[in-house]
Amino acid sequence: MWLRTLVLLLPLFSAGSVTAGPDNYVDIARGKALVIAGDCAACHTAEGGQPFAGGLALQTPFGAIMTPNITFDTTTGIGSWSADDFARAMQEGRRPGGGHLYPAFPYPYYTKVERSDLDAIYLYLRALPPVENRVNRNTLPFPFNIRLLMKGWNALFFTSGTFKPDPARSAEFNRGAYLVEGLGHCGACHTPFNAFGANQNDKYLEGNQIDNWTAPNITNDPRVGLGKWSVDDIVQYLKTGQNAFSLASGPMKDAIENSTSEMPVADLKAIAVYLKERGAEGPPASTPLAASDPRMQAGEAIYVDTCAACHVRTGTGVAHLFPKLAGNVVTTQEDPASLIRIVIAGGRAAATEGFPTSPAMPSLGYRLSDKQVADVVTYVRNSWGNAAAPVSEETVRTLRAKVTGAAPGE
Amino acid sequence: MARRLPRKDVVIVGLGWTGSILAYELARTGLDVVALERGPWRDTASDFNIGTAPDELRYAVRHDIFLRPKQETLTMRNNPSQTALPIRKWGSFLPGNGVGGAGLHWNGQTWRFLPDDFRIRSHMIERYGQGILPEGNQIQDWPVSYDELEPHYDRFEQVAGISGKAGNIKGKIQPGGNPFEGARERDYPTPPLKQGYAQSLFTKAATEMGLHPFPRPSANISMAYTNPYGCSMAPCTYCGFCEWFGCANYSKSSPQTCVLPALVREPTFEARTDCEVTKINLSGDGKTATGVTYVDASGEEWEQPGDLVLVCAFSLFNVRLLLLSGIGKPYDPASGKGVVGRNYAYQTGSGALGFFNDAKFNPFAAAGSLGVALDDYNSDNFDHGPHGFVGGASITSAHTNGRPIRYHPTPPGTPTWGSAWKKAVKDNYQRVTNVGAQGSVMSYRNNYLDLDPTYKDPLGRPLMRMTFDYQPNEQKMANWMAERCQEIVKAMGASSTKLNRLGVPWSVVPYQTTHNTGGAVMGNDPNTSVLNRYLQSWDVSNVFVMGASAFPQNAGYNPTGTVGALTYWSLEAILKYLKSPGALVSR
Repeated sequence: MWLRTLVLLLPLFSAGSVTAGPDNYVDIARGKALVIAGDCAACHTAEGGQPFAGGLALQTPFGAIMTPNITFDTTTGIGSWSADDFARAMQEGRRPGGGHLYPAFPYPYYTKVERSDLDAIYLYLRALPPVENRVNRNTLPFPFNIRLLMKGWNALFFTSGTFKPDPARSAEFNRGAYLVEGLGHCGACHTPFNAFGANQNDKYLEGNQIDNWTAPNITNDPRVGLGKWSVDDIVQYLKTGQNAFSLASGPMKDAIENSTSEMPVADLKAIAVYLKERGAEGPPASTPLAASDPRMQAGEAIYVDTCAACHVRTGTGVAHLFPKLAGNVVTTQEDPASLIRIVIAGGRAAATEGFPTSPAMPSLGYRLSDKQVADVVTYVRNSWGNAAAPVSEETVRTLRAKVTGAAPGE
Repeated sequence: MARRLPRKDVVIVGLGWTGSILAYELARTGLDVVALERGPWRDTASDFNIGTAPDELRYAVRHDIFLRPKQETLTMRNNPSQTALPIRKWGSFLPGNGVGGAGLHWNGQTWRFLPDDFRIRSHMIERYGQGILPEGNQIQDWPVSYDELEPHYDRFEQVAGISGKAGNIKGKIQPGGNPFEGARERDYPTPPLKQGYAQSLFTKAATEMGLHPFPRPSANISMAYTNPYGCSMAPCTYCGFCEWFGCANYSKSSPQTCVLPALVREPTFEARTDCEVTKINLSGDGKTATGVTYVDASGEEWEQPGDLVLVCAFSLFNVRLLLLSGIGKPYDPASGKGVVGRNYAYQTGSGALGFFNDAKFNPFAAAGSLGVALDDYNSDNFDHGPHGFVGGASITSAHTNGRPIRYHPTPPGTPTWGSAWKKAVKDNYQRVTNVGAQGSVMSYRNNYLDLDPTYKDPLGRPLMRMTFDYQPNEQKMANWMAERCQEIVKAMGASSTKLNRLGVPWSVVPYQTTHNTGGAVMGNDPNTSVLNRYLQSWDVSNVFVMGASAFPQNAGYNPTGTVGALTYWSLEAILKYLKSPGALVSR
C-alpha cells in the first residue's frame, strides 16, 4: 500500500524544482515524453544528422531557415542556457541575449506550455549527449534577415501566456486542448497562414498547404474534417498511422512515426476528444461533377487503367495498404495539393509498430501529362459520393514544377 | 588481411526467407543480429514500381534480379566419368541475388510434403519390399516426421498468408481440399485464388476420372491479409508476373512483404548488403565457429566474429560454403564416405499440352500458383507395384502467365520462326493449356556436389561441381506421369495433344526448375547426414544450416513450404541451444 501511495505522489514531487540534479530520472523521463509529443526532433535534426543537433533547412515563403542545434553543446548548441533562458525562448520567442527567434519556431504555440513541463524538457535535453554542430542561423534574405522585424510581427500576431483550461469542459478535453494548442502545435501546419506567415486564428485547424502537401481540415466538419471519424478512429490513426478511412503519408507520416505513435493512448484520446468537441468549420458543400463531363470521362479511363488495380474500381482501396478514396477527406479538401503530388511523385505511408509495412504509392508523373493528372484527380474528387471542385491543368503544372523541379509545361 | 569487427551474438549468411525469419525471431529476443547478404538491398517500395515491375525483357529475359555467373557459377556434368565445365549462362535453374533471395522471384506454390515423404525409405520397403528401391539409390528417411513439422508448416503459412483449401483438418477429410494431405490443425489463413476456365475443365474431367482435384496452395494471396508480424498484404490482381519478378502489389508472400517491414524496426538487427561471406571461421580444434570472413562491395575483407552462425544462403551455396570452410567431411562417391555434397537432388517436369478447337483460356489472367492440382499420383498415394519406380508427382492445370515474349505454345511441327510460326502463335495463344507433372527425385550415389578441381571464382576459390542426371527411376516415373497428364487433358476436350517427356540426359540449358535440394542433408546418422534433426551441424555445434540443402531427397512438390517449416522447427531448437549451447543430439 505504501508503495502505491509513493507512486501516486511521485508526479507531484516531479513537478518540482528544475534545480534537481542530473539524475532526476522521473523529470527527465517526463521531459522525453514531452519532447516526443512536441516532435522536436522533426525540425531539429538534419537528414542523416545527429538527433537534436539542428541543421535542417525549413522552407518558408520568406526563404530557408536552418534549425538550430538544441543539444547542450556550449559553443554550438544551447549548453550555456539556463532553465529560465530556455523557458523564455519557448514562451516568448526570445534568445538569452534578447534577440528574436522566427516564428517558424512555433513559440506562439509553445507559449501555452506550463513552466513545469518546459523545465522537464530542459532537463531531458540537458541529459542527452552534447553534439558539436555549428549551424548557419542567418540564411534568410533581406529584409527578412532583420530579426528585429519580429518585434512588429509579435505585436500583431503573437499573444503570450500559458494555457487556460476551460472549466466548463471535461479534464480530458482540456488535456487535449493543452497538447494540441501547445506542444503538439498541430495548428502550425493545419491552420492557414496570412501574408505574414502567421496562422489565421479565425480559421484555426481548417486546413493549409505545407511544403506542397495538403494539411487537411481537422475540425469536426463532416465533409472535409474529422466529422465522420470517431474518437477511436482518431486515436488509431495517430497511434498506427492508419484507420478505416485513411493512411498517413507526407509530413503527417513523420509526425506519426516520430511523435504520436510513441505517445500514451490516454493523451491521444484527449487530443481526439478535443478535436471532436471543439467545433466544426468547413467550406460549403460542392455538388459532384456530372459523370458525363469530359474531364470525368477522361479521368475515369485513366483511373481504370492506372489506379484501380490497387485502389479498386469502386474506390474502396485495400485495408492497411492502399487508401480508400471514396469518402477519404484528403480527396475532397479545397486544396488538392496532396492528391496531385502523390500521383506525380508517389509517397509512402507511415510505418508503425502496429503496421510496419509502409506501403508505397509509385510515382506516375513520368507517364501522365498535367492534363491527365488533373482529370484523374478531378474524377477521384467527384466519384463514389465524393464532391469537390475540379482541378485544372494549370494547378497541376504549377505543383509539378514545385515538386519535381520540372519547368512549367514540361 | 581481414579487419576484425566487434562481436555479434548471431551472424546470418544470406537474407532470404530463412535468414529474415531467423533474424527477426532472434533480434526480437534482444540478441545482436547481423545479416550478411551478397546481393543488393531490395524492397517493394523502392525496387518494384507497379509501372515498371511487369517488365518481361528486364526480369525474365535479362535476369535482372538473379545471380550473375561472374559473381559465382558452378561446373556441371552428368556423371563422374565426364569432365565438368562451368555454367556460363544460367539455364536449367536460376539462383537469386540480393535481399529476398529465391523468396523474391518464386511463383509462390507453398506445399506441405506428405507424411509418407518423410519416411519414404521405410515406407516403400514395408509396402513393396527392398526390391522396389532403384539401383544406386541413397534414399533415406527424414529425421523428422510430418506430425512434428505440422505446427511449423502452420506457422510459415500464417506468416506468408497462404491461400488454399484444407483437405484434412485433424483427421477429418474436407470436401474440395486435398484428401491425401497430412492432418492439419486448421485451414489456410486465406481462401483459394479464383480459378480460370482451364481449371474448371480440369476439375470436371479429373473428378469424372475418379481423381481428387483441389486448388493448389498459393503465396499469391486471394484477399487482404495482415500476418502475425503485423505485415500487410493485398489481394492478387492476377497480372501473371510472379516467377522471376518482384511483386509490386504486395500480393506475393516474400521476405519483402512478410518479414522485412517488421525486421528493419528491430534495434538490434543490422543488414549488410553487397557483402559476400567467403568462409565460416573455426576455432583451432575445428569444433566451434568463431564467426565469418566476408568481402564487401569495394573488395575489402572483414572478419565478423559471432557466437552463432546461421547459414541461410540458397541451397547450393550453403553446401559450397560448408565445403570451403571445412565443416563436415566432403562426400566421396567412390568410397561412399563423407557427407557434404551427398544426396544432391532436383525435380522432374513432364506433362502434356492440349490444343483445343474453340476455347479462350485467357492465359494472361494468371498468377504464379493459380491452378488446380491433384495428388492421386504423388508420393505413395497409388500402388507402385505394377510400375517399378519410386516417387510420384503433383499434377496440375495452371496458367502461371501469358507473357508476350516467352509464352507462345505452338503445335508439333510448327516452324520455329517466320510467318508460319507467327500465324501458329496467333492461332494458339488462347487455345492451349497444359497439364503438368512436377515429380520427385530420389537420391543416388552418383548425384552429388563437390569442389571442382580446375575452375575457380574471382576470389580464387574453387567453384562447386555438380554431378547430376535423371536416373532410370525418375525417367520411368516422369514419363508415366506425362501419360496421366495426357489422359486428363484429352478428357478436358483437347482435340490434339503434345506429350512432354522428361528430357535426358539432364541439360543445363533450358529452364526447368530452381528446386535444387540436398548436399547438406539432415539425418539421425552422422555417417549419412551433415546436420542433425534440428539442422545443427554434427561437427560444429554453433552452426545451423537452413534451406532445401537439408532435404535427404526431393518430393513431388515445390520446396519452399517445407523450407519454411524446417526454419521454424530449427528456430525452436536454436532458442533451446541458446540457453545451453552445445550439441542438441549427441553423436
